Amino acid sequence: MSDFQKPRILLCGDTGISVEFGDEIDPGINRRVQQLFRRLKLRQTGGVLGLNPTYRSLFVQYDPWLCSFENLLLTVEECLGPGENDAVGFSEVIEVPVCYGGEYGPDLEEVASFHKMSPEEVARLHYTPLYHVYMIGFTPGFPYLGGLDERLHTPRKQTPRRLVPAGSVGIADRQTGIYPIDSPGGWQLIGRTPMRVFDIRKTDPFTIHCGNSVKFRPITKEEFEQYQDS
Amino acid sequence: MNSIRILEGGPLATVQDRGRFGFRDMGVPVSGAMDQQAFMVGNLLVGNGLGAASIEITLGGFKAEFLGEACFVVTGSDQAPRLNQAPIENWKCHFAGRGDILSLGYARSGLRSYLALSGGVQVPVIMVSRSTYLRGAFGGFEGRALKEEDILCLGDTYDDPILVFPSGLIPPYSDEPTLRVIRGPQDDHVTAEGMEEFLSGAFEVTTRADRMGIGLSGPLIELRKGADIISDGTCTGAVQVHGNGQLTILGADCQTVGGYVKIATVISTDLPLLGQVSAGVKVRFEEIALLEARELYMRNQFQLRSLYERNRRAG
Repeated sequence: MSDFQKPRILLCGDTGISVEFGDEIDPGINRRVQQLFRRLKLRQTGGVLGLNPTYRSLFVQYDPWLCSFENLLLTVEECLGPGENDAVGFSEVIEVPVCYGGEYGPDLEEVASFHKMSPEEVARLHYTPLYHVYMIGFTPGFPYLGGLDERLHTPRKQTPRRLVPAGSVGIADRQTGIYPIDSPGGWQLIGRTPMRVFDIRKTDPFTIHCGNSVKFRPITKEEFEQYQDS
Repeated sequence: MNSIRILEGGPLATVQDRGRFGFRDMGVPVSGAMDQQAFMVGNLLVGNGLGAASIEITLGGFKAEFLGEACFVVTGSDQAPRLNQAPIENWKCHFAGRGDILSLGYARSGLRSYLALSGGVQVPVIMVSRSTYLRGAFGGFEGRALKEEDILCLGDTYDDPILVFPSGLIPPYSDEPTLRVIRGPQDDHVTAEGMEEFLSGAFEVTTRADRMGIGLSGPLIELRKGADIISDGTCTGAVQVHGNGQLTILGADCQTVGGYVKIATVISTDLPLLGQVSAGVKVRFEEIALLEARELYMRNQFQLRSLYERNRRAG
């Protein structure tokens, strides 16, 4: 069974646990992860130092001096129980403008020829769906988006790039995502957004949060260059 | 305001504290001192709170001038510290006046030393921490390694220094450390032979070792299925197995999620030993139970607090 009735508790050393709800990428499993994340976050249990919702599990970091392992498990258990209607709906939609292809999407042609379709078709299939933000990770603010059209599932690049510019929009297998900062990376780059997904100078440096939805909007090179970040 | 001027940054010196907690869900690594024990003891000795920011000095080669009076201590790896040319002891408080120069040689053993200064290093707090995250280019001093001519401000003195030698609180550093681990989270992905190999073999630290992760070479660890899992949360000390059967232990700057099998996690009490390993060092692993690990953790926390309270009362 891939969706566990009762979540598994996995030990991550003496200061972490992982609460695992299943072993596949699935919106239902991810909703349960997000729900536990929100409930634990709201409780603000002393000694819980960090919460990290991922595709199918919630990682919890704690300080045993302030919160015992037993206390943590009981808190998690209570948060897993029935509660008020706080289901995660992926209801907040963040619109992300993307310039596809050309210098901003150096792998668009390659992805198109891999799938035997035109670059325009790849772009269209990419900006049509509404994506769920399953988790944030890799680098600060990097959203892992689920819901990519099957016709666009593409393997990662054989050799990762040493430098992927911030704003690059990429595809890897069945996922798509946005690189928030310059970093190395192996995803197929099909476009770039002029929007700052992560900006340390802002009060809230993060534009996209877990449990949001993302909609891509195609823009031209001119629009990209004239874009002013709000 | 009191301050110090960096004369030489050496291979890598960064401002670090306990770490950046509470932003994992946004993909922000914890960062912070790789040897938290040396870091915390340093703060206690100079009369700071446990979490004041200090300077983490990798390998050595660091030199700084005091622009005012300050109390300081160097903990962690012994990098032959000198104050105005005269050798000084590690893990002991010293006083410096305006114009005094602290210089470090190179590590005779270990890798990272910590310079704790009375009042703590004052850099902007970003996401509740002063730790430098190099990959993200934020935190610490302008998000980068310290270099010549940087001026670091120090805060107001918090408490009197503690002038005793913290013998019971110094980690049992070794050139061939045994790191105690707790199985999991994905120990069910490794074969019985693979686990046996992991717990009995010696592994050499490779040159691919930094604040993000420490690569090891040694016996290959056999997995039941592939090394890939659906990415889940990671933490410092997690022992990852790669597709080729080799291991990487994650460090303080590791990314918050990872898609490799993690067969075990180094216990927090032994992370300071991990923070001191460099290329060529051989490490071994020993399995312990969660209860045992927790007792070690509690004992250490108790001793840190007790050192502080004893000396407050005495003073």
